[in-house]
Amino acid sequence: MATVEVKAARKSFGATEVLHGVDIDIADGAFCVLVGPSGCGKSTLLRMIAGLEHVTGGEIRIGGKVVNDVPPKERDIAMVFQNYALYPHMTVRENLAFSLKLRGADRATIAERVKTAADILGLSQLLERFPRQLSGGQRQRVAMGRAIVRNPQVFLFDEPLSNLDAKLRVQMRTEIKALHQRLKTTSIYVTHDQIEAMTMADMIVVMHDGRVEQIGAPLELYDRPANLFVAGFIGSPAMNFISGQQKNGAVIAADGTALPLPGAVARQDGRSVIYGVRPEHLVLAGPSEGVPATVDVVEPTGADTQVFTTMAGQAVAAVFTERHEFKPGDRIALRPRLEAVHVFDAASGQRI
Amino acid sequence: MSQGVIDGGLKPPAFPALARALDNRLVLSAIFMFPALSILLVFLTYPLGLGVWMGFTDARVGRPGEFIGLENYVSLFQDSVFLLSVFNTLVYTAIATVLKFGLGLWLALLLNNALPFKAIIRAVVLLPYIVPTVLSAIAFWWIYDPQFSIVSWALKQFGLIDRYIDFLGEPWNARWSVIVANVWRGIPFVAICLLAGLQTISPSLYEAAALDGANAWQRFRHVTVPMLMPILSVVLTFSVLFTFTDFQLIYAITRGGPLNSTHLMATLAFQRAIPGGQMGEGAAIAVAMIPFLVAATLFSYYGLQRRKWQQGESND
Repeated sequence: MATVEVKAARKSFGATEVLHGVDIDIADGAFCVLVGPSGCGKSTLLRMIAGLEHVTGGEIRIGGKVVNDVPPKERDIAMVFQNYALYPHMTVRENLAFSLKLRGADRATIAERVKTAADILGLSQLLERFPRQLSGGQRQRVAMGRAIVRNPQVFLFDEPLSNLDAKLRVQMRTEIKALHQRLKTTSIYVTHDQIEAMTMADMIVVMHDGRVEQIGAPLELYDRPANLFVAGFIGSPAMNFISGQQKNGAVIAADGTALPLPGAVARQDGRSVIYGVRPEHLVLAGPSEGVPATVDVVEPTGADTQVFTTMAGQAVAAVFTERHEFKPGDRIALRPRLEAVHVFDAASGQRI
Repeated sequence: MSQGVIDGGLKPPAFPALARALDNRLVLSAIFMFPALSILLVFLTYPLGLGVWMGFTDARVGRPGEFIGLENYVSLFQDSVFLLSVFNTLVYTAIATVLKFGLGLWLALLLNNALPFKAIIRAVVLLPYIVPTVLSAIAFWWIYDPQFSIVSWALKQFGLIDRYIDFLGEPWNARWSVIVANVWRGIPFVAICLLAGLQTISPSLYEAAALDGANAWQRFRHVTVPMLMPILSVVLTFSVLFTFTDFQLIYAITRGGPLNSTHLMATLAFQRAIPGGQMGEGAAIAVAMIPFLVAATLFSYYGLQRRKWQQGESND
């Protein structure tokens, strides 16, 4: 187990810089999720930590030691690949034993470690099978088994669940989290799925265009997104944004609708802002106290009801845990819960 | 929906018996197989059968022979020139195959790396394979010429030898010379096939192996070689078959000389049958190659069968 520190890390492919100075401190034993849209540089960063990509600038430290020029095999890390990268010509047992065999471990140790890993992951019945004879979820487990037999300092996961179907993905998500709680090995997990990030992480790093947008605990990012990007990325369904201007303690949208502002936001009349409120923080109100909205589409999921409306001339979604029988075209009134309203500067996108 | 549309869809066929016959899988597959089957029968099975038959006769050019049983084979096994040709063929095939695979694999590994001007280099590699065999044989013949050999000239200029090498005049010199020519011609086929195989290996396997602690040699040994085995065994079989039955190169460079020391079974069969007129004996020599070829094919076939890891479901 070890800490992982990334200091002003840069990466260029030819003339194209894909990481523009990234700083991340990951505590010993933490489960850190790097999340961001495709092309944000999260996988590249993970591969740099693994030693599979050269570090163009800055430093990467594992356990306090700078590893920029240390080859992958000497970094004492294990990685689970998106396509699992199991050796197709080896049985599950041989796949698990390969790294130990290369390190010259004796037969008894190998057998014992393979057995332990197989027991943890429920692979004991499959040890003599070849990867082709396994289902997607079983392959995924073998890939994790290959990582844990080595008892490495750091686990790296590169979108390990994206090849699985939705149901299995949820199940494996829980298994990986349980595995981490059991082994307590520092883990870095790359995903583009913010639900995975929210459910698994101790610490989320939101990346966008080769920069870190915000680092924090899942609920911290949900409750206090630092900027528009994080606000829009974290949370599902995504946060509603309405642009307008501050005036007399409210935000006036383009069509003149007034949206109530929380008291904590500094009064600055005339400032262009983006008013953000999550769908789950809109409550149904009487016509006098809410903001008028027109129902466009209603999606009942059973557990909750998602209502897509037009409010202040813009598309706004709301989620209700109680059931409503709205029809498209109905006029309703929605009241934002003031404590959960986020206001961002329109020019910089930063939280106010 | 109107009545007319339904009628149009279900109109009874003009020839019901034919329509029903065409719906029969057996009839249909027989029709589809007919073109390929007839080509195989006319151009492969018939000549092969004729060759085997002629091996049991004393046919000569212009005179159909009579059945003489195994007489041709019995006399061949007492014929020192035939036995020498078998020896030559085995030496030629074994050494040339080993060299072609060693160098071909090396070249494929080089080409699989990021090289500058990769596309051009790959095209250049294929050149020996594209040039007609006889043309390249003539070039080699010139290279091996006793008086005008560029190799001898160059070695002499460097002061490494004091008299020109008699490449094609000494038995072992001649054997090595034709082997080199064959290897030069054969490398592109091996290299390009193996390169295709290398490119199907997922780079993440190498990354996984690197993280697992494998050095470059171990990655080659535990990832490249096993992953390349299926294509390697197919290419090996083809290469062995082509080399074992080689004719053009030998015939154009040495015609089997000196002292029959480069006669392969194929060139000897031709020489006995056509210039020599002994069709029956020539055919027997050609037929004697069949067991070797069958053995090489079976080797590859069972080699392929054994790889259990390739079987089973693939859902990726």
